[in-house]
Amino acid sequence: MAITEFRADFPILKTKINDEPLIYLDNAATTQKPQAVIDAISAYYTADNANVHRGVYTLAARATAQYEAVRDQVAAFIHAPQRESIVFTRSTTDSLNLVAQTYGEQVVQAGDEIVVTAMEHHSNLVPWQQLALRKQAKLSVIQLQPDGQLDLASARQLISDKTVLVAVAHSSNVLGVTNPIKVLAQVAHQHGAIIVVDGAQTVAHQPVDVQALDADFYAFSGHKIYGPTGVGVLYGKLSLLQTLTPAQFGGEMISDVTWERTEFAPIPQRFEAGTPNISGVIGLGAALTYLQQIGFAAIQAQEQALTEALLNGLLAQSAVTVYGPQSVAQHGPVVAFNVAGIHPHDLATGLDLGGVEVRAGHHCAQPLMQLLQVPATVRASVAFYNTTTEIDHFLTTLQAVKEFFQR
Amino acid sequence: MSLLKLNALYQTVILEHAQAPHHQGELLGVQKTTLNNPTCGDVITVQLVVDADKINQLQFMGTGCTISQASASVMTDVLLGHSVPEAQALIAEFSKLVMGEPISAASQKELGDAAVLGSVAEFPTRIRCAMLAWHAAAQGLEEASKHE
Repeated sequence: MAITEFRADFPILKTKINDEPLIYLDNAATTQKPQAVIDAISAYYTADNANVHRGVYTLAARATAQYEAVRDQVAAFIHAPQRESIVFTRSTTDSLNLVAQTYGEQVVQAGDEIVVTAMEHHSNLVPWQQLALRKQAKLSVIQLQPDGQLDLASARQLISDKTVLVAVAHSSNVLGVTNPIKVLAQVAHQHGAIIVVDGAQTVAHQPVDVQALDADFYAFSGHKIYGPTGVGVLYGKLSLLQTLTPAQFGGEMISDVTWERTEFAPIPQRFEAGTPNISGVIGLGAALTYLQQIGFAAIQAQEQALTEALLNGLLAQSAVTVYGPQSVAQHGPVVAFNVAGIHPHDLATGLDLGGVEVRAGHHCAQPLMQLLQVPATVRASVAFYNTTTEIDHFLTTLQAVKEFFQR
Repeated sequence: MSLLKLNALYQTVILEHAQAPHHQGELLGVQKTTLNNPTCGDVITVQLVVDADKINQLQFMGTGCTISQASASVMTDVLLGHSVPEAQALIAEFSKLVMGEPISAASQKELGDAAVLGSVAEFPTRIRCAMLAWHAAAQGLEEASKHE
């Protein structure tokens, strides 16, 4: 089956926007959902809905089995050594906050150092910044090379024996670069620090092996990998998870409660207080099954062709500045740019009138915007279901919008 | 894509105000009211002087999209010379206008060039851009009345 045939699995892609065919280029914000995911959620509510981990009746057992099967699926998908390492959360942000509120609270002390990078999304910056403020720890920022790639010399310089935690994006949601996690993990571990990886922009685009990366924690969201919103994943090394006291308490996470004390449920349940997003987890499972039917080889080949058309098309236009590496060899499926003299919001509105949906703003990376010395950028990001015809249409529309504002 | 659609939002008056905004720049020694649009990072600062119950100086600074810059420019034209209660009423009328609510013909006339920004109502994601300077002015007026 040719990769382009999978496009038909996404019903929303037949929608019209402002009387023009929808060209969806905001995949870094959220991806569209294939029918298989929509159907799985609908089927769960139609035939299998019950609360998990408590009922003795058949329906509850069925819901629990489906929910727990996705844990196995996620573990296999990111090559976790065991299912207990997979904690379901609400989102990447929720996963990262979980690490800050457990590991961060319990391990970080005054005078310790936390290291982040200059390209972090607010979700992998603000939890550490706030933790550092609470603990009187120091937050340091790994700098970037002029082309937007991480400066490893800066990383080696900043990560020291005082460092307890390194938080880094696997791929940037602005610059399109993928960071050398394995190398950073090695440096962090040499100094006795752990590494927390934000995989939100990576898991939909390339195979991830948390063991090969030697990541201590790895977070991602369901909705950026063709699954529903409201479900996230936190992978943690079992040896680390075992040392942590949960940060949220209540239903689901206990094994025995008296008036005086509580024995927590085993890992990972002890980190999943309250009724979880059962339909969301089941939807995520359907998304992973769907993705594996296509295979990463086909996905990567298509996304690379799309990125090449997008990047080179933008670089060929006058007055356009592309942020991050200028060559497709280093640039992933996210391309942020500006047009001289035209505000990103105006460009995005113009493109929207042509049916092209792109993001304009700071992309939840305000410190990075300061570094790039811009208030905001436009960002186009592709998924395998986009076509080169769509990229051509985007480039033509951009040209027309530019001419309108430059007249 | 039809450029007619772009023309509906970006009318000539709006483009002209954005390209050469009126009353832009700093008023030395005058209190600043700064607001930002958290979705895009745009920042606008408004400064105003109320004397004998009339706004006799009003300027803005900051960068932003065509809509926010043009709106700030027309805002200064509309509000200058009015009393504080009059200006507050005009801000409320402008807010209704960009939200797509009906306003009187008299208000339309009072709003002058600003009335053209009524087209923003068709573009809900841009209402915030149009309101930014007006919200800042409203806040500035409130602070100015407190000091009196």
